Amino acid sequence: MIEAELSRSVVRWCKGATGVAGAEKLSGGASQETWRFDIVHPDGVIGAILRRSPKGYGAAPTRAAGLAAEAQLMQLAYEAGVPSPRVMHVLTPEDDLGTGFIMQRVEGETIARKILRDDEFAAARPLLARQIGGILAGLHQLPQDKLPELRNRGATQEISDFERDYRSLNWPKPVFELALRWLRDHDPGPSAETTLVHGDFRNGNLIVGPDGVRAVLDWELAHLGDPMEDLGWVCVNSWRFGEIDKPVGGFGAREELFEGYEAVGRKVDPARVKFWEVMGTLRWGIMCGGMMQRFREGPDHSMERAMIGRRASETEIDLLRLLAPRGS
Amino acid sequence: MQDEPTPIELTKAVADFLRNDIAPLISGHQAFKLRVAVNILDLVTRQLTLEEGSDAAEVERLRTLLGMDGSVTELNRVLADRIAKGQVDLATPGLAEHLWATTMDKLAVDQPNYASYKRELGRRV
Repeated sequence: MIEAELSRSVVRWCKGATGVAGAEKLSGGASQETWRFDIVHPDGVIGAILRRSPKGYGAAPTRAAGLAAEAQLMQLAYEAGVPSPRVMHVLTPEDDLGTGFIMQRVEGETIARKILRDDEFAAARPLLARQIGGILAGLHQLPQDKLPELRNRGATQEISDFERDYRSLNWPKPVFELALRWLRDHDPGPSAETTLVHGDFRNGNLIVGPDGVRAVLDWELAHLGDPMEDLGWVCVNSWRFGEIDKPVGGFGAREELFEGYEAVGRKVDPARVKFWEVMGTLRWGIMCGGMMQRFREGPDHSMERAMIGRRASETEIDLLRLLAPRGS
Repeated sequence: MQDEPTPIELTKAVADFLRNDIAPLISGHQAFKLRVAVNILDLVTRQLTLEEGSDAAEVERLRTLLGMDGSVTELNRVLADRIAKGQVDLATPGLAEHLWATTMDKLAVDQPNYASYKRELGRRV
């Protein structure tokens, strides 16, 4: 039935289109859905993706930038040559589809384990760490006067926010306490330069083909802040999927990431990157705790959520490896 | 005292049944959910097997470290609180060793295949 609404929408703004086919829901949280479908066009079918909050889900979670901002950022990135899907249409009330946007579908793989193991990506893998550095550099120099309204978050504010989230779980974890102390003691303060920060740039949110990264997805957590945050987050062990000696998403070395970043004339601050890696590890651990809490309090009483709650201990061992490494 | 078989034997029997007899019969999203369910039963079995010993060792270390007695939950709350207040840190004798031992015991239950855990397991301390 979503096909009828999509068809009505598409014929209005896509010249020559006669309708849509094959609408299939890819993922759906309570407030955000992703659908894939094809636009039927005399010149050939156009693959498309709808990202939307269904009708009745207006308010985004507090940390999210909102779908309108996400569309604007993806369009800006696309225009600047940062790999990104082309935004085709931002939903209006006339579309009767809720709020969100429609973008051109980029073919490729997002499942990290496949990207890290399958032969298809063997040639791309050694290039990815450096390529990611270049992409992040491009992303951090997107023109600030064209950005949508975004929250501004520096290190100090983030520590406080995560501490509050953690305390609200009432889940005493000595390792998390140790990490919070370490973060307070190593808070690098305000960044010399504030830029756009993607906020969730990692293996899993990248579409990869045999040729390398084709698109950066999920700009939901984009904000203004310390550009080193994105470099630290992409190095968090949780996104290495077992390739623990290749810090950059399981692809390669920090040095390659840094070289790719600096090749475009930007500067890396390795101490800040390390700070954000510790912060990111704790952040994922607290998010696992949030899953545990939502599982327990409902309404999503799913086994998957329950098991993600149990993954907090993975971040505990990773925090210890970062903060109190045993004799090597 | 409850009768036998023990919870460990029972959860293991259910997990084996689902893994060996049911999993080959289903596919798609239900197969994925079944794998998660089997993983949960395996985790519970590991916890039932290991928890008693690791909790006892944890309480023993916490008593020494904190100089007080209590349940494993109470003692962890006190340790967390003392770290938060800066009364205990990595310079405190025994803290790092305690956190490592406790975390390794957790991973043995939660995720024995996690790469960081396997690496640390192979390390001689």
